[in-house]
Amino acid sequence: MTACAVSDLFRFRILFHYGYSSKEYFYFYYYSDALLTIVLYLALISLFVHVFKEMNADKYLIFGASFLLFATALFSYLVVAQSKVLHLSSFAVELSQNLYFVGLVLTFVLWGAILKLRETRARLVQIVLSLGIYFSLFAANYAVCNLYSSSTWLSAALSQLFGCLLPLAWAYAFWRTPEESRLVPARLAVSHR
Amino acid sequence: MIAVVILAISLVGFLQFFVFYCRSIIAATADQPLPKDVQDVTGIVRTASPEEFSRVIQLLNLCPDRPEERGQLRAVSAYYKFLGLIRSTVAMVIPSLKSWTDHERGQCTYYAAVALGRRIAFSRDLLAQQMLP
Repeated sequence: MTACAVSDLFRFRILFHYGYSSKEYFYFYYYSDALLTIVLYLALISLFVHVFKEMNADKYLIFGASFLLFATALFSYLVVAQSKVLHLSSFAVELSQNLYFVGLVLTFVLWGAILKLRETRARLVQIVLSLGIYFSLFAANYAVCNLYSSSTWLSAALSQLFGCLLPLAWAYAFWRTPEESRLVPARLAVSHR
Repeated sequence: MIAVVILAISLVGFLQFFVFYCRSIIAATADQPLPKDVQDVTGIVRTASPEEFSRVIQLLNLCPDRPEERGQLRAVSAYYKFLGLIRSTVAMVIPSLKSWTDHERGQCTYYAAVALGRRIAFSRDLLAQQMLP
């Protein structure tokens, strides 16, 4: 959240000085977005560490996360390398897109682990679920953008809207959900008779 | 092709996480008893009817707003509308979904009634503060 706030301050400063359609704003926006996505990825890994704390699996988790981050970066590079002109900004955009999808898959895995390990901390459950919503919306948004290149303006507008969801949901989880509050995640699973 | 697969997985993921998230919000209030005055106003004692939701929301809108629960109320309202959509479309094909959506919509109504109780208490506090010399 701090990284996001700092990035927004710098974005505003660059927007104010150079304008919305300037190259400076364009580059800063996408590079900072890639960095923020990596920070969010690290936040997700820290949630993994929280859930698997009792198993003392920190080392394996950190190794696995680093490997996955490297593999995603390599895949993004290979995708960008296929195009004739190689731009660092294209790599930053591609890396962000792929990390959102990897984040979504990892959140699925984390949610599965929460159900399996019968994790009951309500705050942790809400943080993980809101992260899942955030990653899935961004991954879907980027996918639509790739499918219909004419919808870039809509995608940009939607990403601003989606960007508000995570701070709001996390603020609610930290301020309104007491730390000692418990719930049974298995009861949240959809079951209809 | 890859973008289509990513889009499909993301949408399924979004729906799943959205439903779980809304249920986690609702679950926090499911065991809370309703204050007597809310029971009198809404007619809800223990279980709420799914059709009462809009009436309870109208009652909520009559009370002074509490900014801290605005986001959650919006999420639950969106969940209620989503359930209504499922009920009128997919549940036509899969009838077992109908009872599930009705149960969930009833839970949404109960959540709104609990929120109404909080707002009434909040209004009373405000009034009491204004009455102080």
